[in-house]
Amino acid sequence: MSTSTPAPNPSPNSASHPSSNSAPTPGPNPAPAPRTPVAIGDRLRLWWNALPRAGQWGLGVPFILLVATVPFWVPSALETKGYNFGYVMAQFGMTALIAIGLNVVVGQAGLLDLGYVGFYAVGAYSVALLTSPESPWRQTGPDGWLPDHWAWLAVLPVAMALTAISGLILGTPTLRLRGDYLAIVTLGFGEIVRLLADNLTDVTKGGQGLSQLASPILGATPTNPGGVFSAGNATGNPNNGTWWFWLSMIMIVIVLMFVGNLERSRVGRAWVAIREDEDAAEIMGVPTFKFKLWAFVIGAGIGGLSGALYAGQVGYVNPANFNVINSVLFLCAVVLGGQGNKLGVILGAFIIVYLPNYFLGRTDIFGMTIDGNAIAEYKYLFFGLALMVLMIFRPQGLIPVRQKLLHYGRQIYQAARRHTERGEATP
Amino acid sequence: MLVLTHGLLTSAGPFGQGVINFDLAALASRFWQSTIDGLEWGAVYALVAVGYTLVYGVLRLINFAHSEVFMLGLFAQYTALMMMGFAPGPRAYSEGVAMTVVYLLAAMVIAMTVSGTVAVGLERIAYRPLRKRNAPSLVFLITAIGASFVLQEFVHFVLPKLTDGKLGGLNAQVPIKLVQPKAQFSIGDGTVMNTTLIIVISALLLALATDLFINRTKFGRGIRAVAQDPTTATLMGVSRERIIITTFLVGGVLAGAAALLFSLKPAGASGIIFSGGFLLGIKAFCSAVLGGIGNLRGALLGGLLLGIAENWGQVVFGTQWKDVIAFVLLVLILMFRPTGILGESLGRARA
Repeated sequence: MSTSTPAPNPSPNSASHPSSNSAPTPGPNPAPAPRTPVAIGDRLRLWWNALPRAGQWGLGVPFILLVATVPFWVPSALETKGYNFGYVMAQFGMTALIAIGLNVVVGQAGLLDLGYVGFYAVGAYSVALLTSPESPWRQTGPDGWLPDHWAWLAVLPVAMALTAISGLILGTPTLRLRGDYLAIVTLGFGEIVRLLADNLTDVTKGGQGLSQLASPILGATPTNPGGVFSAGNATGNPNNGTWWFWLSMIMIVIVLMFVGNLERSRVGRAWVAIREDEDAAEIMGVPTFKFKLWAFVIGAGIGGLSGALYAGQVGYVNPANFNVINSVLFLCAVVLGGQGNKLGVILGAFIIVYLPNYFLGRTDIFGMTIDGNAIAEYKYLFFGLALMVLMIFRPQGLIPVRQKLLHYGRQIYQAARRHTERGEATP
Repeated sequence: MLVLTHGLLTSAGPFGQGVINFDLAALASRFWQSTIDGLEWGAVYALVAVGYTLVYGVLRLINFAHSEVFMLGLFAQYTALMMMGFAPGPRAYSEGVAMTVVYLLAAMVIAMTVSGTVAVGLERIAYRPLRKRNAPSLVFLITAIGASFVLQEFVHFVLPKLTDGKLGGLNAQVPIKLVQPKAQFSIGDGTVMNTTLIIVISALLLALATDLFINRTKFGRGIRAVAQDPTTATLMGVSRERIIITTFLVGGVLAGAAALLFSLKPAGASGIIFSGGFLLGIKAFCSAVLGGIGNLRGALLGGLLLGIAENWGQVVFGTQWKDVIAFVLLVLILMFRPTGILGESLGRARA
């Protein structure tokens, strides 16, 4: 499915062609041993892409299950001290969803969106406004149309739809703008959403926020009427954080399949074309505005989904959680992991969520005494530095995306692999 | 423009009365006062906007970290005043007109130096390696965002450790007051304060000086040449690198000056905080776009217009909507006249 195109591609990975001996692959891949022109990361990728679909599922499902059980077997050296590991993983799940959504906009279509937190906020506030007892637009309880037990799940599609519509509303006027301008306008949008939440006190209760939001009720017992997803299930394993992590993992898998299929479709090819050269794409007959709008709407919908998850888990929203600084943090996840690469951005999300939490409350590392809280506090400083350094030395991120021959990918792919193997056998 | 803004806000949803006002009578009764306040804000926006406009004109780059250059200028003038023996406190010093001017000028020069140095340093450390690698513009923007974070968090966490908690940190600095705001004369319903006079007149003088620098000097000619056509400019013997440094320097110096002027305002004096540049930077950028980004006189015009529009808007719609007005205005400008009022070319800014 993926192979390096012969097109002039500045990414260092184009050097993975068997005839090349240099193969400069910085980052996680160690320098290749002599006589192995294909680096380990690329080998892995080659091997994976050559597997038949059934084989990919056969390996993928156990891997996903392994990740899902992490809260049970995490070694104590990697355990988080400040917060329970389950909560950290739940936070990671939501951030990963956001990163996947933002990746559609930034990585695949190449539209820099600095106001993505606005969509996250719209999703969270949709849940809040429809289910909080403090909200005037509440639809739970005896008068509302929402079911008692599954209010959160029923609101989920509504939240996604509302967020997608807000993406449409923002995108229609602004997507005629290019690059930098778009970034600033979306930044403005993110601020406007926050200021609306802050100022429309009649509806949103302003800075006070809305509380007691609905969450899914599953496995309710007399001692814990809220079920496994509620704060009543805070202790033990699996606790509510772990349950939310599982829920977000299910969402991630669904969204990944959806986005992956889009990527291999006409829409995905149009996005790549727009990202690489918008004028050329337009001339070749790609309706750029339409596809940019699609990217925006789909990205927004995924952001809304994540926002709804957040609202359900925390059970409380207030405007301060939706600062623009969070937008930049999400962007950091995407850029760090590798714009355009779905697995890369999930790794990026893991890094930005896990690392600060790892240091939080930790007093020693490898026998050295450290002030973990201070390190966790400095996270924006470190992520800012990481962005600067990364842009200079590795702008494509930790796991870069490949130029793909999308249409006949698999067949060409296997042919290329056979060729590679023969090339290695006769050096 | 105001009518459009109004339409967009009220059509946003069936929100209750009293959340968004629409009170034109209030504007009529406070017209001059809000105009004067607007000019005062606008003068600060304009000076910061020059930094955005010049860099954009020469490099086609939105220097997102320029707001942090301004923020560091605020801290620099504050430190300078502390070093001259002034202590933060609720009462204003009365040093006499002549000495106050000397102190303020000295603080301004220090703020200009620090801001200019930071701007040039930023260019050297962050942007130059990218230019060498021929990076796409989004990479520049992401770097700028990263740099902006680093500078903010430096003031947030590192600066208090370096200065025993005297500077920086989570909270805003307690203001140092050298000038007691005093009414000088009135126009219509508005009174003009001495601080307003200082801010607006100094800003106009600085803008005039910059205009002369760009249009009359050898360096200015170089800047215009590079903005117009970098390759030809290089062939004609203009050093592009030197011009870029000069551009960042001029932008930084003006941001430093703006920081001192801003600190004379009550809002500015209590706004010396690590995040204090963010909103002002965005608004300055709006001003640059409003006037026509890349256009020097456009930045001045845009700044003053945005200041006035924002203050009129907050009288009509309510103070809590002040920032929303600026953002909505930005979206509207970009939709209907993306080149701004005066058009966007530094190269043709000769006029």
